[in-house]
Amino acid sequence: MPETKTSKPRPNRKAGRRHPMASVALIAIGLLFTGGAYAMFSTSTARAESDLSSQQTIDEGKKLFAANCATCHGLSAQGSGNGPSLIGVGAASVDFQVGTGRMPMQMNGPQAQKKPVQFTEEQTRALAAYVASLAPGPGLPDASLLDAQGDAAAGGELFRINCAMCHNVAGAGGALTEGKFAPALTGVTEAHIFEAMVTGPQNMPVFNDANITPEGKRDIITYLKYLENNPSPGGFALGSLGPVSEGLFLWIFGLGAVVAVTVWITAKSN
Amino acid sequence: MAKDDNGGKELAAADSSHGGPDVPIGTAVVTRDAIANPGFPPHDLRITDVDPKANRRAERTVYTLFYVSIVGSVFAIAAYMAFPINPEDPGSVRLNNLFIGLGLSLALLALGIGIVHWGKALMSNHEVIDERHPVRGSDETRARAVEIFEIANEESGFGRRTLIRNSLFGALIAFPLPAVVLFRGLGPDTDPVELLSHTLWKKGTRLAMDPSGTPIKAVDVTLGSAFHVIPEGLQDLEHGKLEEKAKAAVLLMRLKPEDLNELPERKDWSYDGIVAYSKICTHVGCPVALYEQQTHHLLCPCHQSQFDVANHCEVIFGPAKRPLPQLPIAVDSEGYLIAQSDFTEPVGPSFWERS
Repeated sequence: MPETKTSKPRPNRKAGRRHPMASVALIAIGLLFTGGAYAMFSTSTARAESDLSSQQTIDEGKKLFAANCATCHGLSAQGSGNGPSLIGVGAASVDFQVGTGRMPMQMNGPQAQKKPVQFTEEQTRALAAYVASLAPGPGLPDASLLDAQGDAAAGGELFRINCAMCHNVAGAGGALTEGKFAPALTGVTEAHIFEAMVTGPQNMPVFNDANITPEGKRDIITYLKYLENNPSPGGFALGSLGPVSEGLFLWIFGLGAVVAVTVWITAKSN
Repeated sequence: MAKDDNGGKELAAADSSHGGPDVPIGTAVVTRDAIANPGFPPHDLRITDVDPKANRRAERTVYTLFYVSIVGSVFAIAAYMAFPINPEDPGSVRLNNLFIGLGLSLALLALGIGIVHWGKALMSNHEVIDERHPVRGSDETRARAVEIFEIANEESGFGRRTLIRNSLFGALIAFPLPAVVLFRGLGPDTDPVELLSHTLWKKGTRLAMDPSGTPIKAVDVTLGSAFHVIPEGLQDLEHGKLEEKAKAAVLLMRLKPEDLNELPERKDWSYDGIVAYSKICTHVGCPVALYEQQTHHLLCPCHQSQFDVANHCEVIFGPAKRPLPQLPIAVDSEGYLIAQSDFTEPVGPSFWERS
């Protein structure tokens, strides 16, 4: 802020030029612009979502699908020996699988893993539009459910009952059978968490809106984002993996310290 | 009582080396060519014994450590005041615990290290022997003890007045008996076998969602869904809600009907691919709820038992021995899922009386 610097050596100047409230006003204007820009941006994404039904987007998605997905899922998404049918999986499923980089799948394995996203947001949306046009299925979640401003306590209870057994009570993920695993939930966008619950990707069960209401899903997202943004009150969480990491830490460092102190106490002073 | 009239004789006896002529002959066989007692190694002087400078340095270290300990205690008090726990902000607990803990550990560690260092570097370190007494008393002591017992018997009449003696024995035996009754009173009032064999489920109980208690319609259980289920009415219980939930918890899943391989006698226990199984592992009772909707496997997180939902929850891996009990379900006139009956076998781990 060069202005305020130059005003300092000349305190006798008329206050009208740089009113003490000037910087406050400047910040307010700045905030207004950012907020406005953000509002425009969010309305533009909303418009993009509604674009899912436009024929142009669907055609674009169809081309992308034929080039990138049809090898496994079949030319008209009817599925093949290598991939399941995508008829009726809905836009939410496509947005989750492609938006997190799980699809296109890198190689066959116990489960498709998260990797760098291969399509732009626009292309992902076009693919989603195409798959959604094949048969009705879960659509993209409404932005009002993704604000993470719900009831974190209620979300915590729902999470512990429905999700924590696989994803760990702190969302740190956990092992399943035969090389499969439930991924950690930190760093996952609100939309992807919501879409995963609605569509049940891979081996995750489906949690439809009758099982966990959209409001409940919003609470769960709130809980997860609260965990992500607030440090554990208990100190080092050691990955929140429970007795495995905590036990290992104590066995190595706790017992190590005890052994070292014992050796020192019993050693003769020279 | 017999007075200890050994008069320190045992010290002299133990002082003699192995195989010496003074050792009283016990049951142990002492071989003549036993390794001779090598005695003490030569006494090494410490640097603090030799160098007065090092001595002063050690002294300085010790008292500095004690001062550090004081600083640690004061720091802990200051931390308690500077980082109060704010009930609104769980993060404040972290800072509060961290700094109080640092202060207290510093205080205790510096104190302990100081004391040990004092003992090791400055206190006298001459080797000394603390001899043990021989266990056997001298003959006079033993004779005197027998004599005392005899006098006591004579004076009390314990051996002579048999009626008194025997009634005393009787009283001593009877006294602990009330404890048996009292401790039995701590046990369960009702037969535990009965308790373990029945749950809150009965004919017509609606399946409800955990935790809201909302009844579930069959149409809402879409393909691939997993519902965590409690019996309707559980949430209204005033007592023993958790005990009942621990037995009655159920996992509800919908598979493609063609994927289900049902036992012939359980053909009507499911509804259009919807099956309900007890969530309590038959191994040691952990909640089994890690459901994989593609493989239809249920994994118990405690000991990795795996159950195959498509094959009436038979055990396919792990330490569990029995399949998870299935809850027979049906649909009522309003479309809600209901139980046909209670579980047909006790849920959870095995117990002795389980048939």
